[in-house]
Amino acid sequence: MHELSIMQNVVQAALDAAKQSGAKRVTLVRLRIGVMSGVVQGSLQFCHEVATLGTLLEGSRLEITELPAIIECPACRSPRTLPNIQSFRCPICQTPAARLLQGRELEIESIEIEIAEPPAQEDAP
Amino acid sequence: MITRIVEIRKGVLKKNDLLAAELRQRFREAGVFTVNLVSSPGTGKTMLLEKTLRALLHAGQPVAAIVGDLETDNDARRLAASGAPIRQINTHGTCHLEAEMIGQHLSGLELEGLDFLFIENVGNLVCPSSYDLGEDIRACLLSVTEGEDKPLKYPVIFNSADVAVVTKMDLAEACEFQRDDALRNLAEVRPGMRVIEVSAKTGLGMKEWLAFLNEERSRRRQAPPAPEV
Repeated sequence: MHELSIMQNVVQAALDAAKQSGAKRVTLVRLRIGVMSGVVQGSLQFCHEVATLGTLLEGSRLEITELPAIIECPACRSPRTLPNIQSFRCPICQTPAARLLQGRELEIESIEIEIAEPPAQEDAP
Repeated sequence: MITRIVEIRKGVLKKNDLLAAELRQRFREAGVFTVNLVSSPGTGKTMLLEKTLRALLHAGQPVAAIVGDLETDNDARRLAASGAPIRQINTHGTCHLEAEMIGQHLSGLELEGLDFLFIENVGNLVCPSSYDLGEDIRACLLSVTEGEDKPLKYPVIFNSADVAVVTKMDLAEACEFQRDDALRNLAEVRPGMRVIEVSAKTGLGMKEWLAFLNEERSRRRQAPPAPEV
């Protein structure tokens, strides 16, 4: 269970970006997680609640895009999406494929923030 | 209130990855070959390491090890009996080693004088897979007592390994270890990976393991320097 420490990294990165943008509140955090990243989505959701308490992110939603594993088939010379990660073979021609093109990602994609309305421009006297 | 989207597009473990890249650079400059040993608890990492340290020292090759455990310095004391310098990391609950912990435990180790630095990770087949420690190779251990389908249950870490070491081969028969199944499962999750079968207790396969380490070390020394991250 290393999802809490992963989530603390997410919160820190989101806070840095939020403060730079003058956010009052962060309402949404978007992650991209590969199936070979070694983290469990359900645990991340749980840890998100805990890790955001008392921060600008409290009450925010966590949206996770799961990225499948994609290998490069050495026979077809094409990228192929693996139906599962128990077998690293081309799903079309069954050739073993060691080269992973996608699946290890563990990225913060973006955040949605709320910022204060700029004060209304007053006409010069 | 105005709502806005702020793009970040950043690796969550960027900090660890940067520290690991710095370590890798440091290890390469010092000419020390670094091996990260990962496995479940009880696979025999410490036993394999103990025998490896002794054999390499006996052959006149300077070695050192960093060992990670949640608690106790039992493993460090066991390994120190080999005569090699040992550093113990106690993670106090953290289930894996991180690059920062390695950096903090290098003080006093003369990296320039070492042929090999071994890092024995915390026994865990899940979390250590996400954390680069700046190692040259990652060795994933599987013991004959654990079940031949371990690679299928934990494909992420076996896929991230450069070599698989099947340990406790002296118990293979007693455990009715299905060798062909194990080898097939390893090949399924990491096609082409080198597999070395050993018994640290009887010495079976140890020659092959030590030769592998030295081959990899000389190959790495001839390779161009690691790219900057």
